[in-house]
Amino acid sequence: MRSLLAALLVAPTLALAAGGGYRLDPSPHDPYDLVSLQAGARTFVNYCLNCHGAQYMRYNRLTEIGLTEAQIRDNLMFAADKVGETMRVALNAKDGKDWFGVPPPDLSVIARSRGADWLYTYLRTFYRDPKTTHGWNNAVFPNAAMPHALWTLQGVRSLDMVSRADKAGHVSIDYQWSQIEPGLQSAVQYDATVRDLVNFLVYVGEPGANSRKRIGVIVLFVLGLLFVLAYALKKAYWKDVH
Amino acid sequence: MNEEKSIDRTRRNLVIATSAAGGAAALGAAVPFVMSMWPSERAKAAGAPVEVDISRMEPGELRVIEWRGKPVWIVRRTKEMLDSLKAVEQRLTDPSSKSSSQPDYAKNEFRARKPDVMVMEGVCTHLGCSPQLKTAAARAEMGADWAGGFYCPCHGSKFDYAGRVFRGAPAPLNLPVPQYTYLSDTTILIGDDKKGA
Amino acid sequence: MAGRLMALWNWFDSRMPTLASEWRKHAAEYYAPKNFNFWYYFGSLALLVLVIQIVSGIFLTMHYKPDANLAFGSVEYIMRDVAGGWIIRYIHSTGASAFFVVVYLHMFRGLIYGSYQRPRELVWIFGVLIYLTLMGEAFFGYLLPWGQMSYWGAQVIVNLFGTIPFIGPDLALWIRGDYVVGDATLNRFFALHVIAFPLVLLGLVVVHLLALHDVGSSNPDGVEIKKTKDPKTGHPLDGIPFHPYYTVKDLVGAIVFLAVFCTVMFFTPEVGGYFLEYNNFIPADPLKTPEHIAPVWYFTPYYTILRAVPPLFDSQFPGVLAMGIAVMILFFLPWLDRSPVRSIRYRGSVYKAWLTAFIIAFVVLGYLGTEPTTVWGQFAVREDSFFGKYILDTKDVATWVGRLGTIVYFAFFFAMPWYTARDKCLPVPARVTV
Repeated sequence: MRSLLAALLVAPTLALAAGGGYRLDPSPHDPYDLVSLQAGARTFVNYCLNCHGAQYMRYNRLTEIGLTEAQIRDNLMFAADKVGETMRVALNAKDGKDWFGVPPPDLSVIARSRGADWLYTYLRTFYRDPKTTHGWNNAVFPNAAMPHALWTLQGVRSLDMVSRADKAGHVSIDYQWSQIEPGLQSAVQYDATVRDLVNFLVYVGEPGANSRKRIGVIVLFVLGLLFVLAYALKKAYWKDVH
Repeated sequence: MNEEKSIDRTRRNLVIATSAAGGAAALGAAVPFVMSMWPSERAKAAGAPVEVDISRMEPGELRVIEWRGKPVWIVRRTKEMLDSLKAVEQRLTDPSSKSSSQPDYAKNEFRARKPDVMVMEGVCTHLGCSPQLKTAAARAEMGADWAGGFYCPCHGSKFDYAGRVFRGAPAPLNLPVPQYTYLSDTTILIGDDKKGA
Repeated sequence: MAGRLMALWNWFDSRMPTLASEWRKHAAEYYAPKNFNFWYYFGSLALLVLVIQIVSGIFLTMHYKPDANLAFGSVEYIMRDVAGGWIIRYIHSTGASAFFVVVYLHMFRGLIYGSYQRPRELVWIFGVLIYLTLMGEAFFGYLLPWGQMSYWGAQVIVNLFGTIPFIGPDLALWIRGDYVVGDATLNRFFALHVIAFPLVLLGLVVVHLLALHDVGSSNPDGVEIKKTKDPKTGHPLDGIPFHPYYTVKDLVGAIVFLAVFCTVMFFTPEVGGYFLEYNNFIPADPLKTPEHIAPVWYFTPYYTILRAVPPLFDSQFPGVLAMGIAVMILFFLPWLDRSPVRSIRYRGSVYKAWLTAFIIAFVVLGYLGTEPTTVWGQFAVREDSFFGKYILDTKDVATWVGRLGTIVYFAFFFAMPWYTARDKCLPVPARVTV
């Protein structure tokens, strides 16, 4: 209560949006940062896996991001017995639909359909809205059925959308944010948490992405060598064509 | 004339070099296709080792565990069962398990790490049926000299309490023993023998 | 060793001389013009992509499940759990788009060098049949991942067949095997994509090549090399045996193509959503249409034509008809072109102007098909003006540009007999220019 009355951190953030919706912030994640990926894995398991699944991702694959099987088993596995199992959700689809109106989607390839920038912005733009059933709304995804699962970290924010019309009659919206209640993390810390979580989701979307690029370099080298030989061969034969 | 010969030589060398490089590249390209036919992560996870708690097993009890789609038997052998192993040796096809499949720690007189617990695959080595437990009390149907063991209903093969096959059976080999290990005195891990005790 | 191999070969050759004689006829002694340029790589490249698609497709079929409940998951299974599966999947998805890039460039070569003209009309007709079959193959294949675009794209296209008067609804029902696109549709599209259409494609490619070899290849100058033969050997003076000259040259072309292919495949397999659409990473949901359905990029020019034609008598069939004619008109190209000259090198400026307009129209039509019709905003016209009331059924700028492009597209073909007959051409040389 004290925090609600006293610590009314007014930190308005203006975000201008064109007619297409809220402008997305580019996601600053680094797919080669193993520490970030591990932090993201922890956040995912603790905050997301209760309602969402990642049914195509096996726990034991996380050894790729620098974890041992023992670490995976001790810290990340709540809804599975064996490390070879997939990250299935504890919640069943029927309950999910009853509670949220729509079953929470599986997140295995969410980063490939929505994109990292969308996820990074979405997870940071929840705001208190008494008009919705669960009291939350989202600037990037209006009237989302999902409540702010990370609210204990970010705290509670409110959003004021002010329409402006310029001289030519084009309407744009000013997004004015304010912090109502602080969370466990500062804004900078929360951005880092979300960055790591998005990093993890991008990884889960295509775990083989880093090795794909590595192999690609090798393949192009081989093709370069083949090109030199084949071109010399062609020239050797075409010498006598005039 | 000499120029023609050297042109031919250049061409031939380039053909060889390009063919060799191309062949190597083609082999490299074939690798993912060949690899894709090995067991997938899903198959490997489904075939993962199984942990079994044997603390509640009664002496003489048979428990059937599924591992890699096969029935694996765990038998808590009594003293009488262990004594019978020596008694039936004359009647066995391969009493020292020379031809059958078992890990090194099962190549002893008990075919097991510890004599009181027998672990073996319950799949008849004839044509794959799963035999039934027939204790010594089943002499009426199994014959007067039956000391107890397993009987395969499909074609009549008989095995003792160490899975060794009796002579006269269509089955050629003793029952296979899978890799297994004791994680503790009361927990057995079937399918892997690299960790634990 | 060499003697043994020779003996083995003789044993084979004496029992099946066809192998050696066909090799001679179609490669070692098939005399092709010596002035093939960049545009002539795409035929052999199309064959290469066909082989790539078949091989990668076979290995995908080992793991894919053609069941509405399992399909989407089986593709992710291939991407993650099957060793090397992601490579095979990306080869197939990149190859599908690569096939159309190569085929469009191959057709463009035919267009600019008049390869479809007498006596090669049949080669061209087989080629257009291959193009149609390829479009069908791509359409059936696209349903298989069972994503949102797969599902709704199939729903829209099958419904197009449903607009055909009288037989439409029953035809759509027969194609689907159910009242909506569902498991029955998926299973039959799988059969058509994996077995039926590849067999048809292979057969058509064979006759396409046989018909070509029977009359001989044309060239960038449009000169008939068979008209000038060496009196001693009987071979065309401007011809060279396909093997070794073009086998060796096409090898270089193949390697360059594979380098581009692998760059895309390993570094940007999605190509910004054009080769692997973002919405297709959402499992198909019959109850929820995505905001923005667009066909894959290689169908988009025809999609724009479809959307450009307004409904008439409450039916979308006129649009469907226009789309169909836009493809079918290709068959008639050999007879629409009345020019005495084959190659663009010797045509006049009128033809070149029309061709340029056609290319621009095709590209613009293609681009517009990837976007919603509102992409270029709206005209500022008052709804109560004469224009607004009687002419404008829509204010979308993109739709009107699409209509203009459609008109240019059709005019290129329908006006061709007139402008190609009248165009001032340059004299064609008797021998090829190198």
